[in-house]
Amino acid sequence: MKNLAPYLARRIGQGLITIAAIIVLNFMILHLAPGDTVDLLAGEFGAGDPEYLAQLRAEFGLDQPLYVQLGQYFLNIAQFDLGYSYRNATPVLDLILDRLPATLILMLTTILIAFTSGLLLGVVAARRVNTWTDDLISVLALLCYATPLFWLGLMGIVLFSVKLGLLPTGGMYTIGGRFNVWQSTLDVMWHLILPACTLAVYHMAIYTRLMRASMLEVYNLDFIRTARSKGLRRGRIAFGHVLPNAILPMVTMLGVQVGTLLGGAVMVETVFNWPGLGRLAFDAVFQRDYNLLLGTVIFASALVVLINIATDLFYAVLDPRIEVA
Amino acid sequence: MKIKNIGLTRRGLARSLVVPFAVLALGPLATAHAEPVHGGSMTMSLDPQPSILVSALNSSSPVYVVSSKIFDGLVSYDENFNLIPRLAESWEVSDDGLTITFHLREGVTFHDGEPMTSEDVAYTFMEILKQRHPRGKSTFQFLEAVETPDDLTAVFKFSTASPYVMRALAGAESPIMPKHVYDGTDVMKNPANTAPIGTGPFKFGEYERGSHIILTRNENYWDGDKPYLDQLVIRLISDSASRAAALESGEVQYGAQYVIPLSDVARMDANPQLEVSTDGWGYNTSVNYMDFNLRRDQWQDVRVRQAIVHAIDKDFLVDNVWHGFATPADGPITNRQADFHTTDVPHYDFDLDKAAALLDEAGYPVKEDGKRFSMTIDYSPSGDTYSQTAEILKQNLAKIGVEATLRAADGPTYVRRIWTDNDFDVNIFAASNIADPVIGLHRFYWSDNIKKGVAYSNGAGYASEEMDEILEAAQVEVNLEKRKELYKKMQQLAMTDLSTYPIVYINWFSVYDKSVKGLNQTALGVYENFANVYLED
Repeated sequence: MKNLAPYLARRIGQGLITIAAIIVLNFMILHLAPGDTVDLLAGEFGAGDPEYLAQLRAEFGLDQPLYVQLGQYFLNIAQFDLGYSYRNATPVLDLILDRLPATLILMLTTILIAFTSGLLLGVVAARRVNTWTDDLISVLALLCYATPLFWLGLMGIVLFSVKLGLLPTGGMYTIGGRFNVWQSTLDVMWHLILPACTLAVYHMAIYTRLMRASMLEVYNLDFIRTARSKGLRRGRIAFGHVLPNAILPMVTMLGVQVGTLLGGAVMVETVFNWPGLGRLAFDAVFQRDYNLLLGTVIFASALVVLINIATDLFYAVLDPRIEVA
Repeated sequence: MKIKNIGLTRRGLARSLVVPFAVLALGPLATAHAEPVHGGSMTMSLDPQPSILVSALNSSSPVYVVSSKIFDGLVSYDENFNLIPRLAESWEVSDDGLTITFHLREGVTFHDGEPMTSEDVAYTFMEILKQRHPRGKSTFQFLEAVETPDDLTAVFKFSTASPYVMRALAGAESPIMPKHVYDGTDVMKNPANTAPIGTGPFKFGEYERGSHIILTRNENYWDGDKPYLDQLVIRLISDSASRAAALESGEVQYGAQYVIPLSDVARMDANPQLEVSTDGWGYNTSVNYMDFNLRRDQWQDVRVRQAIVHAIDKDFLVDNVWHGFATPADGPITNRQADFHTTDVPHYDFDLDKAAALLDEAGYPVKEDGKRFSMTIDYSPSGDTYSQTAEILKQNLAKIGVEATLRAADGPTYVRRIWTDNDFDVNIFAASNIADPVIGLHRFYWSDNIKKGVAYSNGAGYASEEMDEILEAAQVEVNLEKRKELYKKMQQLAMTDLSTYPIVYINWFSVYDKSVKGLNQTALGVYENFANVYLED
C-alpha cells in the first residue's frame, strides 16, 4: 500500500467537494419548501403581530437574500461553526453531539446483529440449497424484508412491554435511575434490545439474501469444482474457499447501508423514542430549522464518506488482487 | 370598591366578596377522598418537544405545559373562572377599571433564593410580556405602567379599561419572571430560557432533548407543605401509539391533549388501571372552525356560504371523527365559557336539499356535467380529525354538485398559504378560546386583525363595521351583564355573516393512572402548576 497517502488525500478531497455539493443542494431544496421557521413559530404561538414576526426574522437572519444566507453559512462552516438552532435555542453542534452517541450505539449494534445473523443464515441456506431449511430461511428473509418497521416495532412493544412486561416501551435509559457505570451499561443494553432487533430484522433479511446468492455463485466456480474433486471436506470448502470469496459483496453492502441506516432509523427512533440523529434531522425539516438540518446533513455525509473510504481500503485487505490507487 | 374578581363569574357579586380561601374550600379540593400523600415521582408524556421552557417568550402548548410547573402567576382560575390567589394574595380594581392594585404574597423566593418583589412583577409585565410574549403586545396594549410603591404592592395603570386582562394572569400565560436573571441581557438568548428559574412548585432539573425533562420539588414553596411530588418526569414521546403503550404498561402515568389517538380512547377507558377525563379544559378549550376566504368571488353571496355550512353534518362528525369528544357548535364561543356562550344564534342544520335550493337561488345551477362549481378545502395539519372532517365535507358537497379538492400541507406551508398568501377557498382548523373572548376570539372577527403573515388572525378577511363596534365595546366594558349582552349580539352577527364558522367544540381529554390524584382541579388542567398532585399508595 505504498500509494496510501496520495490516495487518501484524493479521496478526502473528493469527499469535501461532495459534502459541499450536498450542502448547497439541501439548502436549496429546503428553501424551496414554502414557509420558514417564523411561520412555524407563528403557527405554534397561535398569535403574534407582524412587527414581532419581522423582528424574529431579522434576528434569525431570514430577512437576507438567499445567496447571502448561503454565503454566510459557508463562511461559518469554514470556521467550524455550525450555527445556532433558533427553534431549539441551542447551538447546532451541541444538539448533534448530544444525539451522536445514541445514534452510534443503535447503528453499530444493529449492524453487528444484522451482519452476523445475515451471514450465518445465508451460509446455512446456501449449503442446504433447495432443502426445507433453505426454503424456511428464504421465506423468513422475505417476511422480514417486507414487514414495515414501525409495525414490527409497535408489535414488539405490545408483546414484550405491555403484555409480558419484560422490556421498556421506549427511551434509551431509565430516567432518574441512580446507577453505577456497570448498571448504566446494562440499563442501556436493556433499552437497546427492542429497537436494535427491530431495525436489524430488515437489514438481516438483505444480508441473508445477498450472502446466499453470493455463496451459490462462488459454489459454481471452477476452483470449487477442483477443490471438490481433490476430495476436500464439505465444511472445509464452505468456510475455507467459498465464504472468503463470497463475502466481498457483503462488505460493499455494509458501506452502502450505513447511510441508509442513518436515515432509516427515523422510524425506529420515533416508535421507541430513541434520542438519535435521524429524528433530529426529521424534525428539523418540518420545523424549517435550516441550520440544524444542514448540520446533521454535514455530519451524516461526512460519516458516509469516511465509511466508504474505509470500505474501499478494507477491500484491499480482503482481496489481495484489489489495490488502492 | 374592593372586590376579588371584578364580576367575572356567573354567580355575581355576592360570591365575589367571599374571601379567597372560601373559594378554595368550596372548590373541588373539598371533594378529595383521602389525605394527600407526600413523595414519589410522576411521569407524564409530552409532544411535541418544547423549544424553550419559558412561556413568557413562546406561547406554544408544550412550552406552557412545562413552564407552568416552574413559574406561578399572580392568580389561577377554577372551572367557573373564579380567581384563585397565587403570588397575589388579594387585589383591588378601581371603579373605572383603570387601576388594578395587587398585594403580593410575602416571603416568596425564586428557585435561586432571591426574594420575589413587585419589581419582578413590573419587569415581567412591562419588559417581558408586553415586548416578548407573542400575544402580550395585544393583551396588554392598554397597560401603561406598573408602579411599585413597596416590595409587596404592584399597581397596574391602564389607559383604557381592560377587564379581560384579569383572565390572562395565570402562571401559564403570564409567569412572573426573575428580573435579576433577565435584566440587561439578550432576553431571547438568555440561558435561563432552557434552564428556567421561577417561583413555582417545581424547580428545573434537566432537559435531555429528544428524551425527557426532569423537574424536582421546590422545598421552599410558599404553599404549606406542597408540592406533594418529589419529582416530575416529562417524557418526550413523539409517536402516539408508543404513548398509548407507555400508559398501558404503567411507565407513563399522565398525558393530556393529543396524548393518544381518539380511536384508542375506548380501549384506555376499558383499562381498569386508567382514567379518561374531559375535566380541566375550561381555560384552553378549542373550537373547530371553518374560514371562508371572503376575498373569493363565489363567497360574495351569503346564500352560497349558507349552502356550504348546510352540507356539514355536525352530529356525524362528532360521532365518527371525534369519537364523541366534541359537541356540535352553536356560536363561536365555546360552551365551556358558560358566561358568554349562547344557543340563541341562527343554526344551520345538515340539510342537503336546502343547500341545493340555496345554490339554485344564488345563481349556481347544476351544469351539464352535473356540477355547480368547484372549490378547494385546506385543513390544519395538526391531526387526523381535520383531514377527516374535510373528507366528509367533500363527500357531502359532491351530493349537491359542488366539486371539492382537498389540499394537504405541512405546518409552515399551511401557515404561509392561509395567512400570508391568503390562497384558499375554505380552511378547516382549530383554535383555543383562551380564557377570554378578547384574547381568544376577537382575532378572527375584528377587521383590525386582518394581518398578513400572522397565523390564526382574521384569515377570512372579514370586515364589518357593526361587528367592529360590538367587539370594541366588549373589549372595554367593565360591567359583566353588558358584556354578556354584547357577546350575544356578536355571536348572532357572526352566525348570520358566516365568515369564521364554528363546527364543533372540542372536548380535549387527559388519560391518567388511577393512582394519580389532584389533577384537573382548576380550569387550567394540564397548564396548572401540579402543586396539588400526588400519588396514592
